[in-house]
Amino acid sequence: MAFNGVDYYQLDELLSPEERMVRDTVREFVENEVIPIIEEAYQQAYFPMELVPKMAELGLFGMTLPQEYGCGGMNNMCYGLAMQELERGDSGVRSFASVQSSLVMYPIYAYGSEEQRRRWLPRLANAEVIGCFGLTEPDYGSNPAGMITTATKIDGGFLLNGAKMWITNGSIADVAVVWAKLDGEIRGFLVEKGMKGFSAPEMKNKHSLRASVTSELIFQDVEIPEENLLPNARGLKAPLSCLTQARYGIAWGAIGAAMACYDASVKYATTRIQFGKPIGAFQLVQEKLATMLTEITKGQLLCWRLAKLKDAGTLRPQQVSLAKRNNVAIALEIARLARDIHGANGITSEYPVMRHMLNLESVKTYEGTHDIHTLILGADITGIQAFSS
Amino acid sequence: MTILACISYVPDTAAKIGVTADGSGLELGGAKYILNPYDEFAIEEALLQRERHGGRVVALTVGSDAAKEILRTALAMGADSAVIIPATGLDSFGVAANIAAYAKAIDASLVLLGRQSIDHDSFQMASTVGALLGVPSISVVSKLEIESDRVRAERDIEGGKEVLEATLPLVVSVQKGINNPRYPKLPEIMKAKSKPIESVEPVAVSPRAAMVRYQVPQLKRANKILGDSDADIAEFVRLLHEEAKVI
Repeated sequence: MAFNGVDYYQLDELLSPEERMVRDTVREFVENEVIPIIEEAYQQAYFPMELVPKMAELGLFGMTLPQEYGCGGMNNMCYGLAMQELERGDSGVRSFASVQSSLVMYPIYAYGSEEQRRRWLPRLANAEVIGCFGLTEPDYGSNPAGMITTATKIDGGFLLNGAKMWITNGSIADVAVVWAKLDGEIRGFLVEKGMKGFSAPEMKNKHSLRASVTSELIFQDVEIPEENLLPNARGLKAPLSCLTQARYGIAWGAIGAAMACYDASVKYATTRIQFGKPIGAFQLVQEKLATMLTEITKGQLLCWRLAKLKDAGTLRPQQVSLAKRNNVAIALEIARLARDIHGANGITSEYPVMRHMLNLESVKTYEGTHDIHTLILGADITGIQAFSS
Repeated sequence: MTILACISYVPDTAAKIGVTADGSGLELGGAKYILNPYDEFAIEEALLQRERHGGRVVALTVGSDAAKEILRTALAMGADSAVIIPATGLDSFGVAANIAAYAKAIDASLVLLGRQSIDHDSFQMASTVGALLGVPSISVVSKLEIESDRVRAERDIEGGKEVLEATLPLVVSVQKGINNPRYPKLPEIMKAKSKPIESVEPVAVSPRAAMVRYQVPQLKRANKILGDSDADIAEFVRLLHEEAKVI
């Protein structure tokens, strides 16, 4: 039976007809194009590249950026709803869209020159070009300020040396937005596939996000031309502002994964018969379903309000931290409960729940770990930062 | 070429629909309404024919104000303009008369419809509109080729295909398989909001059929559920043999 969403509090009434239509269109796209192929991709550990032109055609990349650059010109509610629906399919598919839009197109738009915007944004929007974002390093994850990737000034450009790790889309990207220290200051560089000394080997054997490409980026004396420096990005706040965009999408996406797990659980609990009745007749199962629905509803309200704040331009990054932290944690808990309700069936690819559960382990850690977001909130509450060295 | 794509607003296939106690009407509750699935093929075919032959696509619905939602979908998919004829409670003839009047007013060369609306399933729109316009109609078409004013249409029949030829102007109802309807592009959904939807006065005609009553089908057989013991299996075989008489 088709998926009709989870809307216990008539939150649809808070959306405009166009926002609902955007959501329903992406929902239908995911139902028809993603769900039929995703289990196989996950089991075989590849990213389904055939989705990329279809996603571009739909308008999923750069949804909120201006139309003059070939982008969507839509509001953040639409962007969030689209991320929610994509992640109902799979966190890896949503990750692809998050990286392309929030971590590649956004910094080029926000910190790039007019020439860089015109050169890259239309081709990223139509997915002629795929992008990735290199901030995290093997030894610098939660502490990106300590990065050791370095750019040095040479005649006509820069020489880049160092390595990045856990980079979504790295091996399939045509352009990487790479953050490196130039004279001790963090700057952004556009590193293009094929540049001498640049390689992006894929990281294999993951138990999570298996339908997504994760890579290392290695730079050995890579010559970057002057025009590939993002002129307006200086210091850590530039990459962090990109992460705020992506985390916003993740807060929504996690609800999509949770909705998929809840929906599967309701169907399973009402049809699986044990002791002569559906397992949904047992109080322990009902309690799990009630918890799932409650947490999803709360998470949806956080997202809705977050979108309103973002569209009003008053959003604070700490508010995004609260939503990312909460929604991913509850989505993971819901996925675990769903796996439990499904019993042994829950571990198979017949049901989406364990795939979501394993994906969400990554989502909990990437884009600021759960604990780091806790400390961001702690610092905001007390004025005392717990994670400075 | 002016192509008229006729679309209707119908309860979702998953909606649970009941009948009022006195049988005079339906209880739709909070049923979600959608674009009639067969009409998606009509819009797509209109857009494809426009891409091949030029011209414009007008999306039309006859119905309540809420049906504007599906006109916005048609606009987001790429229709050039959208028209609503605000009339409810019409019988099939009344709807056909309104479609035909509008098709005539805009001098449509091709009128496309879904093979049926999944609400009342009366299956008579294409032929009635054709008859009212005095032009040919071909129903349940799975392939449509147009060359100048000559049209070649394929219909699926038991074990094969039927190929028909006709000339424009023409009314065609389309079938699943004729094309793959495109998804509306997300930015076009937002743009569709600002496009006008024209409202055209309904044509008054006398109904040709009146609804007498609705009735819920009676379950003729009581289903039986057996267990999985050996005795149950023996009983299952006996029932298939003696009661259902299928083995």
